[in-house]
Amino acid sequence: MDPFGKYLKAVSARSTLKEVLKKAQDGGIVSTLFIYALENNILDGVVVADKEDEFLPKPKVATTPEEVIEAAGTKYSVCPNIAEIKKAAREYGCEKIGVVGTPCQIRAVRKAMKYPVGFRGVNIEFLIGIFCMENFPYNGLRVIVEELCGVKMEDVVKLDIGKGKFWVYTRWGETKTVKLKETHPYEQSSCHVCTDYTAELADVSTGSVGSPDGWSTVFIRTVKGKEIFSEAVENGYFEIKSIETVKPGLDLVKKLSLTKKEKNMKEIEHRKELGLPVPVKL
Amino acid sequence: MVKVAHVQLSSCCGCLISLTDTYEKLLEILNSIELVYCQTLIDVREIKECDVALVEGSVCLEDHHALEVAKEVREKAKIVVALGACAAFGGLTRYCKGNQLPKPVNSSFSPLTEVIKVDYSIPGCPPSPEAIYSFIKALLNNDEAYLKPYKLLAEMPEVCGCDLLYKVVNKELCMGCGTCSASCPTRAITMVDGRPVVDPVLCIKCGLCSFQCPRILYPSLLEEIE
Repeated sequence: MDPFGKYLKAVSARSTLKEVLKKAQDGGIVSTLFIYALENNILDGVVVADKEDEFLPKPKVATTPEEVIEAAGTKYSVCPNIAEIKKAAREYGCEKIGVVGTPCQIRAVRKAMKYPVGFRGVNIEFLIGIFCMENFPYNGLRVIVEELCGVKMEDVVKLDIGKGKFWVYTRWGETKTVKLKETHPYEQSSCHVCTDYTAELADVSTGSVGSPDGWSTVFIRTVKGKEIFSEAVENGYFEIKSIETVKPGLDLVKKLSLTKKEKNMKEIEHRKELGLPVPVKL
Repeated sequence: MVKVAHVQLSSCCGCLISLTDTYEKLLEILNSIELVYCQTLIDVREIKECDVALVEGSVCLEDHHALEVAKEVREKAKIVVALGACAAFGGLTRYCKGNQLPKPVNSSFSPLTEVIKVDYSIPGCPPSPEAIYSFIKALLNNDEAYLKPYKLLAEMPEVCGCDLLYKVVNKELCMGCGTCSASCPTRAITMVDGRPVVDPVLCIKCGLCSFQCPRILYPSLLEEIE
């Protein structure tokens, strides 16, 4: 089974923008790429996942670097980014739109680009995908944070998944964890038919797995993705390291990707046996 | 030259406007087809034999002339395309109930797909110019893989925002991407708790949300990226 989908190059990277690194989940790849693209007129609007109080995700159209930075960081709950794409074109008048999304969202956008039946005049230029193992409905997240970790949602400053645990960082400087195994019952069940871990259809995909803390693993997949990422590197927006020189490297990404694919392929087969519908691939 | 006819039944002509809204691409299309019938654009009174008929609008069952036109299109066209919500699914005309002058008896409207065999249905109110362009290009290139979703749709004359509940949310498939909400032309769909909530009063049964939902249909040709 192909673990990553097509890509031209993989690297480990980190932003050089201090204000991004302060807020970023990992290496600040998404925010920095969008900031570079907005500053250089490659894009004039980007759809990002921002949040309201208590870590409630809310998609947003950002047209300035400040708005991009505001939205940095992973939310671990459903954020319907694609719902805002037409708004970016109509209400914000964006002609070159960038979108960040989970693998399923990137797939949705590819479909809307190829079959733009309800998307008149919506020009999507650039897609950044983030690695995703699964997501949680908001109240699932709330149970994990409040009941399993004993932290009030209003006190959370950062959430993370890594090293087999779900991590909650509070504004009082505390860190609480819970084993990932205990969070499984709160996963969104529609994630269990997804067989894409690394956002295989994005122009550039990124995630924490494979790179050291504070760095991100980046797959550059398309010609457009390569152009924009290379230019950003040349202009000093990123530090990069060869993926072969970092630990744990692509082997771990591969392992997790194949785990997701195999597990969810089994679930798809299981649902078929039960007579339940599965996503229709043509 | 591929002969194309545009036929208008009970509709607003918005689908034809959307086709012409392709600007310079319209010229590209017109260079590779011969438009043999289109009451809005050319002075031809009789529907001609053609390769493709793009039909917009639903069929008023009390208007026997409309029924005859529908049958005639099927006889004269090799491929019949239901262009837009009304022809494909009834669209707004699903809500017609008559009692309006000067024809108070004209009350029953069926999508073309329920009256004759249709080969492809294109959803939307209207379908976007880009989509109509890509569809015609694919038709001219005989790109069956690309056309497949439209072919499947021709078998499904009944669509509604409720499809999102029946086929996706109720079936453990909705992951909350929001594509349905973006595609809706009347903003009938809002995302609440990461799931679509459809306002049935605003839904005009255009079929866009369920067509665009990546968890209902996912053509594998999308896997090819460059």
